[in-house]
Amino acid sequence: MSSTYGIIAVLVVAVGTMLVGTYGLRISRTTSDFFVASRTVSPWWNASAIGGEYLSAASFVGIAGLIFAHGPDMLWFPVGYTAGYLVLLALVAAPLRRSGAYTLPDFAEARFASPAVRAVASMFALGIGWLYLLPQLQGAGLTLNTVTGAPNWVGALVVAVVVTINVISGGMRSITFVQAFQYWLKLTAIAVPVVFLVMAWHAHGARDLSGPQLPEFPEQTTVTFDSDTNFQVSEPTGYTGSGLVDGQRVDGGAELTAGDHTVAAGSRLTFPEGAVVPHVVSIPSNTNDVWALPMRGGERFPLYAVYSLIIATFLGTMGLPHVIVRFYTNPNGRAARRTTLIVLGLLGVFYLMPPIYGALGRLYTPELLMTGDTDAVVLVLPSRMIDGLGGQLLGALVAGGAFAAFLSTSSGLMVSLAGVLSRDVLRLRGVRGFRVSTVLAVLVPLGMTLLVGKVPVADMVGLAFAVAASSLCPLLVLGIWSTRITTVGAVAGMVAGGLPALVAGLVTISAGGRGEWYHVFLARPAAWTVPLGFVVMYVVSLLTPRKVPPGVNHVMVRLHAPENLGLRSQDRL
Amino acid sequence: MTSPQRPHTQRVVVTSPRTRAPRAPRPYPASREIDEQSELGAVYMRSLIRTQRRLGLLLCAVVCGSVAALPLVFTLAPSVAAERLLGLPLPWLLLGFLVFPVFVLAGWFYVRQAERGEREFAELVERS
Repeated sequence: MSSTYGIIAVLVVAVGTMLVGTYGLRISRTTSDFFVASRTVSPWWNASAIGGEYLSAASFVGIAGLIFAHGPDMLWFPVGYTAGYLVLLALVAAPLRRSGAYTLPDFAEARFASPAVRAVASMFALGIGWLYLLPQLQGAGLTLNTVTGAPNWVGALVVAVVVTINVISGGMRSITFVQAFQYWLKLTAIAVPVVFLVMAWHAHGARDLSGPQLPEFPEQTTVTFDSDTNFQVSEPTGYTGSGLVDGQRVDGGAELTAGDHTVAAGSRLTFPEGAVVPHVVSIPSNTNDVWALPMRGGERFPLYAVYSLIIATFLGTMGLPHVIVRFYTNPNGRAARRTTLIVLGLLGVFYLMPPIYGALGRLYTPELLMTGDTDAVVLVLPSRMIDGLGGQLLGALVAGGAFAAFLSTSSGLMVSLAGVLSRDVLRLRGVRGFRVSTVLAVLVPLGMTLLVGKVPVADMVGLAFAVAASSLCPLLVLGIWSTRITTVGAVAGMVAGGLPALVAGLVTISAGGRGEWYHVFLARPAAWTVPLGFVVMYVVSLLTPRKVPPGVNHVMVRLHAPENLGLRSQDRL
Repeated sequence: MTSPQRPHTQRVVVTSPRTRAPRAPRPYPASREIDEQSELGAVYMRSLIRTQRRLGLLLCAVVCGSVAALPLVFTLAPSVAAERLLGLPLPWLLLGFLVFPVFVLAGWFYVRQAERGEREFAELVERS
């Protein structure tokens, strides 16, 4: 792929963000303070801002990549990401706004008036934030690698530096306007190419994906391997090129026999048109018609995996640290509800696009199944399907949009993480404390990206959702709707649900364990950790009735009574 | 229309709020009951919370429950999953397109009901 335009697009997005960051301090002082103070952010602006912050690397590149590799089971990611907001709307939105909380630990304190509950909530907020930041940085590395060929760590570093400078200078802090703009930028960047891609697909004869063939190279294709890769070949395939295949130096060409093979990093192999594409070992080798059916991923417990994903995403959204901050800018509980409703619509429109990329990738970029870089499908497709300048410009648009996705989500996360770190962990006050915390907040996930290998972006995000759903979701839902929850119960529930989910996630990330029968229970822990969290929180609360925080009725009035009653209990807001 | 021959004379009642006179003390407004955490106020709040909680849980159960039933349907009846509608396999059509308008509609319904619940609560509190 010719990279000039892509580099320009990424640069424009990065520099633009930096400029907003450095010059934005003054603007943000005036506009955002004005906005928040006079409380005139309309639900539309606010909803766009939530969309801008929420649509992350996982949404922009990850979902399409997963659908491309694994088929319609992965449609549960976008469905779950959207349904999460429906659950949030029905159970959390208005009371959360009325609690006046700016972060999750704030909510914990407002509801339970207990430093212990606050401390545990902030630990989980930090852990979830880091788990969520990690795939953003990885996605950035992948994008820059696809566009420029730079090594993966470069993109991660670029995003980390840009975001840190931004957050430190106060730029992205609460500029609703910038985040709102990001949503529309991302929607444009993913939707405009779709129109052209579908037109090109029609022009190429609208090939169907329902046939019983394995994916084939649509034309003679040169595949470059950035890392050592294991793949399966289903029928003998000839190739030309050079590299290290199965430990033997190959120059010129040879044939791959059916079976498992290993190619060393740096190899370049060229396959003829019509040859069946070899599959990375981790992706099931399915014919197109089987791929297009649900529950055929070849996993050991497909139903468990899907339901675990559903539980994690439906319930995890409300526990993400950067989502809650946005509700504070709503003038009141009623506006918070309307905002969430609009968010549902905005997300729904965006999520119509990734499946189209995933399906077209099956036809036009099947070599990604061989390298395992399935997340790159969104980035590679435009220039592959459309020849000439048009394809390159569309590719640049997508690359710019993807980079915007990493930057906006990372900024939102960093701000909330740095806030939690400085207030609850380091206990440093003032701007300096916030800056020190920001640097620390980015160093941890940056270090992790260097240690962790190729984990699909959306899988990692799924893990963050699982931890959020098992720890902070019970805290929010039970805390809002039940007066019986005690401080002891709240802490016990968060730990009982969140800790196993966190440990299971870290184990899968670091050790892998693919192929073991229990792998899916660790990689997708939500189906057992979420019920555990809820049950433990409620039962322990019933067992410790004397630890109900004093003034709980007062708090309940604040959370639930409509503002227009003029109750004195709500005056503090 | 009155007849034009005679100047129109008619008695008109001029009303004005008696701003000076002290208002009749209302027994005890419900908002104050709530503020002062009395038994009665707690009853009011409990009824509001119960209504809203029932509405929220019901919505989640119906919408998320029916969407979440799909994997089970696809597993138990693989022929349904292989069905094609509008040129697309059914799972793709449902999960890639149709669920999103359903979510928005459900959200809209919820917002309407929740606001109505709050309005009724406000009327109840202000009336008493």
